[in-house]
Amino acid sequence: MEVTSVTNGIIIDHVPAGTALKVLQFLHIDPAKTKLALIMNASSQRYGTKDIIKIEDETSVDLNVLSLIARQATVDIVKGGKIIDKQQPSLPEHVVNVISCTNPRCVTTTEHGIDQLFHLMHTKRQEYRCDYCDEEAKF
Amino acid sequence: MATLSQKGEPLSDNNNPDLSVEASSARVESASSSIHSAGISGNTSTLRGHSVVTLDDLSPQQIIELLRKAEYIDSHRRQVMHTCDGRILATLFYEPSTRTRLSFETAMLRLGGNVIGFAGAQLSSVSKGESISDTLKTVSNYADVVAIRHPKEGAALVASRAASVPVINAGDGGHMHPTQTLADLATLTSRFGRVNNLTVGLCGDLTFGRTVHSLISTLCRFGNVRFVLISPDELKTPQYVLDRINDTPSCSFVQTRDLVGVIGDLDVLYMTRVQKERFFNEDDYLRLRDTYILDEDKLRHAKPEMAVLHPLPRVNEIAVEVDNDPRAAYFEQVKNGMLMRMALESSVLGDELPGYEAWSGKEVYA
Repeated sequence: MEVTSVTNGIIIDHVPAGTALKVLQFLHIDPAKTKLALIMNASSQRYGTKDIIKIEDETSVDLNVLSLIARQATVDIVKGGKIIDKQQPSLPEHVVNVISCTNPRCVTTTEHGIDQLFHLMHTKRQEYRCDYCDEEAKF
Repeated sequence: MATLSQKGEPLSDNNNPDLSVEASSARVESASSSIHSAGISGNTSTLRGHSVVTLDDLSPQQIIELLRKAEYIDSHRRQVMHTCDGRILATLFYEPSTRTRLSFETAMLRLGGNVIGFAGAQLSSVSKGESISDTLKTVSNYADVVAIRHPKEGAALVASRAASVPVINAGDGGHMHPTQTLADLATLTSRFGRVNNLTVGLCGDLTFGRTVHSLISTLCRFGNVRFVLISPDELKTPQYVLDRINDTPSCSFVQTRDLVGVIGDLDVLYMTRVQKERFFNEDDYLRLRDTYILDEDKLRHAKPEMAVLHPLPRVNEIAVEVDNDPRAAYFEQVKNGMLMRMALESSVLGDELPGYEAWSGKEVYA
């Protein structure tokens, strides 16, 4: 499958197969208003299958947010049809207002005006826990 | 028997008095500008201005200092009765807990301070929809220290971030209850003179019991403890708690269902209540509840100096006849809870106990 490459924009490669739409949602990229190409379940030497997201006219993505849901993903910055930079997301120590705590007993369910805060508990397992109630984050 | 200096984790961030500004900006600002506090800057274990939401907010050194202070308070009750003269403790109890509230309040009264507060959210402005943050910002203007109990997990953290005075967590739902664990530790030191080199049996509901999890992880910070985890298969210790023990090279654990088989090995037996609401059927509950009733019959197999602890309230897991056994330490635990709260309240206020000498960090705590 061939899709014309972007001239100025970014390519998010090695997105876990089937999760590209979720990635867009987390990155707050609106597919209704953005010029983009989605390739889902493409074959990958490294992972078997993968998704690829190509976005025209976008200059950067929040690598921290990307790493939360697509840790293995890579980001190519494209300018004038050439890849000028390759970026690899890394797990952030703290996550503010990206994910919400799902524990019904957590204070975040009732207290207004406080941030949703998570901290990295276990790098290998990619385990994040709520700052308030220590419930594990679900992505 | 370990010395404290051996344990000595490198002095962690929360020993740094500068950081206490975060916990309680207004109060610390005024405190750190005083000459007095400049004079004790060498005392790295100062808790002045700190909030205590979980025991992880305290370094092992600070915990030892509190244990020493509690011992001192017990033997110098007259000398310390004016330590907190003119201070006000606010007890904000959004759910009823008479036992804990009375302990916090008595602690302040015995130090010469006063108490304000409410018990039960329906009496407070919460019923009008006020947030925890707003209540704490308000109460910070009235009180010098706050103790908060709230049904929501993490409520104490929210409170401590909103308040400009130190906040002590008196229980936030099923999450944390640090002063209970301090009472447990104080009971161990009063019985054994140490919190390590012990075989500690924990018995009953090890899945949901927060006191058990908190005690295990705190003892792991001091090291050299052998845990014996006694529970029915349905109520075993969660993996993350076992991980905590596994991550501590000097600690180990065994899991068993048989209390009588292991009771002779134990220095400490920490009993917990099997809670009815955790079970889907009544039969299972009744069967499991009655598995571990501790009575004189079972105690006959135990060491003569073993200590029996229980966070209370008990239902029937410890027979009343055990109360008269010298090994029963659970009402002592209540006393130690109050003493530890006295130590903690005076410490976060920065009020020195008259005649108390700060721990040098070198002497052997045994």
